[in-house]
Amino acid sequence: MIIDPDVVTLSRLQFALTALYHFLFVPLTLGLIWILAIMESVYVMTRREVWKRMTQFWGVLFGINFAMGVATGITMEFQFGMNWAYYAHYVGDVFGTPLAIEGLMAFFLEGTLIGVFFMGWTRISPVKHLLVTWFLALATSLSALWILVANAWMQNPVGSAFNPETMRMEVTSFAEVFFNPVAQAKFVHTVSAGYVLGSMFVLSISAWYLLRGRNVDFAKRSMTVAASFGLAAALSVVVLGDESGYAVSENQKMKMAAIEAMWETEPAPASFTVFGIPDVKNRTTHYALQVPWVMGLIGTRSIDKPIPGINNLVEDTKGKIDNGIRAYDAMLVLREDKHNAQAKEILAAHDKDLGYALLLKHFVEDPRKATPEDIQKAADSTIPNVPVLFWSFRIMVACGFYFIALFGYSFWLSSRRRLDRNRWYLKLALWSLPLPWVAAELGWIVAEYGRQPWAIEGILPTSLGVSSVTTGQVWTSLGGFVLFYTALAVVDAVLMLKFARKGPDGLGIWPVVERDPSLRPALED
Amino acid sequence: MFDLDTLRVIWWALLGILLIAFAVTDGYDFGTAALLRLLGRDSDERHVLLETVEPTWEGNQVWFVLGGGASFAAWPMLYAVSFSGMYLAIALVLLAFILRPVGFNFRSKIEHTRWQDLWDWVLVASGVTVPLLTGVAFGNLFLGLPFRFDDDLRMSWHGSFFELLHPFALLAGLVSLSMLLTHGAAWVAFKADRSIAARAARIARWTCLAWAVLYVGAGIWLAYGIPGYAIASEAVPGGPSNPLFKQVATGSSWFASYMSHPWFWAAPVAAFAGALVLQWQVATQRVSGFLGSSLMVIGTILSAGFALFPFLLPSSLDPRSSLTVWDASSSRSTLLLMLGATAVFLPLIVLYTSWVFKVMRGRVTLDHVRGTHRSY
Repeated sequence: MIIDPDVVTLSRLQFALTALYHFLFVPLTLGLIWILAIMESVYVMTRREVWKRMTQFWGVLFGINFAMGVATGITMEFQFGMNWAYYAHYVGDVFGTPLAIEGLMAFFLEGTLIGVFFMGWTRISPVKHLLVTWFLALATSLSALWILVANAWMQNPVGSAFNPETMRMEVTSFAEVFFNPVAQAKFVHTVSAGYVLGSMFVLSISAWYLLRGRNVDFAKRSMTVAASFGLAAALSVVVLGDESGYAVSENQKMKMAAIEAMWETEPAPASFTVFGIPDVKNRTTHYALQVPWVMGLIGTRSIDKPIPGINNLVEDTKGKIDNGIRAYDAMLVLREDKHNAQAKEILAAHDKDLGYALLLKHFVEDPRKATPEDIQKAADSTIPNVPVLFWSFRIMVACGFYFIALFGYSFWLSSRRRLDRNRWYLKLALWSLPLPWVAAELGWIVAEYGRQPWAIEGILPTSLGVSSVTTGQVWTSLGGFVLFYTALAVVDAVLMLKFARKGPDGLGIWPVVERDPSLRPALED
Repeated sequence: MFDLDTLRVIWWALLGILLIAFAVTDGYDFGTAALLRLLGRDSDERHVLLETVEPTWEGNQVWFVLGGGASFAAWPMLYAVSFSGMYLAIALVLLAFILRPVGFNFRSKIEHTRWQDLWDWVLVASGVTVPLLTGVAFGNLFLGLPFRFDDDLRMSWHGSFFELLHPFALLAGLVSLSMLLTHGAAWVAFKADRSIAARAARIARWTCLAWAVLYVGAGIWLAYGIPGYAIASEAVPGGPSNPLFKQVATGSSWFASYMSHPWFWAAPVAAFAGALVLQWQVATQRVSGFLGSSLMVIGTILSAGFALFPFLLPSSLDPRSSLTVWDASSSRSTLLLMLGATAVFLPLIVLYTSWVFKVMRGRVTLDHVRGTHRSY
C-alpha cells in the first residue's frame, strides 16, 4: 500500500489549522466560566444586584465564544476518523477511551447545563443557578483533563502494548494511561493558560470601559476579579509550565533538545540558551547567549545529570531502528505462523521499538530491506523543526513572565483602589488582549509540532496514520474549512466587538432601573 | 463474568442506544429546524419555534458526540472505515454540525431581517442534511461498501461520493428524513404556541404517512431486491478483532436474522404502533403524540440494526473484510472499563438531563416571545 505524501501533508495541514482554530475558543471558555462562577458566587453571598449583572454581561460574551468552541470541537472528533483512519484503528483501543469518557463525564454535563445557565435565571432559585454555573465550570475543566489524558498518551504512550493478531496497540493498564505524569503536567499548564486568557479578556475589555469613562463601577469590580484570578493563574502557568518541561525532558528528549537547539550533549548541568540563531544545515546555533546551569536544573532537577543533544539522540535512534526491524520481522513471521515461539520472544523483547521500523516505511517499502543510508535518513527524520520550536518556546515563555508582571501590577492597583487612575496602565491592559492567544497557540505548536515525525511518540509515525483518501477529497474539505472558518471568524469577531462595545449600559444590563428600594445601597456601593 | 463476546454484544446494544437517544432527542431539534420556514410564518413564530429547542438542543447533540467517542473507543475500525470511506458525505454532515450551533446562537444576536433569514435557511439546511445523509449512510450498509483491508489492516476505499447515492440508499435517506420531520412536527405540536402547534400536527400526520409508505417500500426492496451477507466460517468464541480471519457469503437475505430471532419483529411492530399513536394523538397537542413519534423512531432504527446483525459494515468489494460484531471491537479490557464508566455516568446523565427538561417545561407562547427581551 503506497501512501501519497501529498495526502499526508494536506491532512496534517488541515488538522493543524482546525486544531489551532478550535484552540482560539477553548481557553476562553475554560477561563471565563470560572470568572463567571466567582462573580455569581459573590452575588449569591452578598445579593448585590451588580454581581448578578456582571455574570450576565460577561455571560453574553461567553455564550458567543462557547458556540464557536462547540462547533469547532466536533470537527476534531470527526477528523480522527475522516483523515487519520489508520491512526484510529492502530490506537483506538487506548486513545478512544479518554475521549469517550470525556463525553460521558464532562461534555454531557456542559452541553446540558449551558441552556439552563442562559435561560434559567428566572426559572430556578439563585442558589440552584449558582450550582449550575459551578458544575459548568467543573465540567469544562474536566473536559480538558480527559482530552489531555488522550493527548499525553500521544506524547508518552504508557500502559499499552502491540498485539500482532489485531495489528494495533492495546491497553495493558488503564491506571498508567490515566495517571500518566505528562497528562497531569499538561492539564494544569493548559487550564491555567485558559484561566490567564479568560482573565486577560475581562481585564482588557474592562480597561477599555474605564478609558472611556463608561460602566466604571462595573468595570472596576470586573478588573478586580480578573486581576486576582489572573495573577494566580499566571503564576501557575509558569511554575507548572516548568513542571511540563520536566515531564517533556523525561519522555521526549528530542523535543527538549530541539526547543533548546542543543545539538551536542553538554556536560551537566546544561546551560539555557536565551537567544541564538539555530542553523539546521550545519547543526549549530550561532550567537548563542547562554545562562549556565538553568537548563540542567529545569530539565533534570539535578546538577549532575546531562541532557542529551540532538546528534547523540539521532545516534541512539539508529539502535532503536535496528531493534525495530527485528520486531517487524518477527511480526511478519507470526502472521504466517502464529505459534512460532522464537518470533514471539523476539517481538516481546523489541515491540517497544516496532514504531522505529515503521519510520523506515517513508524511505523503503519493506523495512527489513533497509540500507544503512535508509536507516540514517530515518534517524535524521526524528529531528523536529528546530528554529520553529526554539522561537515558539521563547516567545511563549516571555509572554508568561509578562502576564505575571501585568496581573501582579493590576492586583496591586486594585488592592489600592487605583485601577482607574492610570491611563497608561489601562492602555497597556487593553493592548495586551491578543497576547494570551499568541502564547496558547505557540504552546500547541511546541507540544504537537515538536512531536513530529510521530503521531504517537515512538509508536506510530504521523505519515502512516492517514486514511485512504484522495488529495482531491482533502483539498475539498480543507477548502471548505478555510472558507467557512474564515466566515465564522469574521462573524464571531463582529459579534464580540458589537456586544463588548455596547457594554452593560448599552445592553440595558447595568445599571437597571430598580423598583425595589432594598437594592438601593447596592447601587450606590 | 463478562467474556469478550458478551461485551461485544453489550457494546453493540450500547451503540444502538446512543444512536437511538440521539435520534429521539436531537432528532426533534433537526426536524424542528428543517420545518422552521414552513411552520414559522413570521419572525415571532420562528422565534417561538427556536425557543422550543434552544434550552436543550446542545445537550441533545452530545448523544451524537458520545456516539462518535464510543465508536472510536469500542469499535475503532467501524469509526475509522465509515468516517474515512464516506469522506465527503461525512464532511457535509460535519458542516451541518458546525453551522448549527452558531446558527442557533448567532441568529438572534442581530435584529436584522436579512441576517436572520440567512441563519434561518442555514438551520433549515442543517435540519435536512443530517437526517437525510445519515439515512443514506444507513442504506449503504445494506448494499455493502467498497472497501478492503490489507494484511496490515490498512483499509483502502474504492468508491466515490456519488456511488453512495444508490436509489435504495436515497430511499433510506427519505425514510430517515420523513421520520425526523414527523418527530420534529410532533415536538412543535407539544411545545409551541397552539396556533403553530395545530399547523405542526397536520404536517406531522402527512409526513408520518409518507414515512409509512417509504418504510414499507424500503422493507420490500430489502427483502426482494438486495442480497444479504452471512458469516460463512466457523465462529471462534472470543476471537481476535481481525476481520480477515473469517469468510463471508453473500446472496442470503437481510431478513435471515428475523427468521432466527422472531422477537426481532417487535421492532417494526413498535415503529407502526408509534405511528398509529401519533396519528391518533398528535392533534391533542399533548405529550402523547410526541411519545408516539419517539416510539416510531426507536422501532425504525432497531429494525434496521436487527436486520444487519451481526454485521456492522459489510464490504461489497471483499466480503471477508466486512466488519462484524465479532471481529471489529476493542480489546476486552477497553470494553470492560468503558462499560464500567457507562454504568456510572449514563444514569447520572439521564438524571440531570431530566432535571433540565423539567426546569424548561411548558409551552412557548407567542405572547411570551413578544414580551421578553432575549437573553441567549
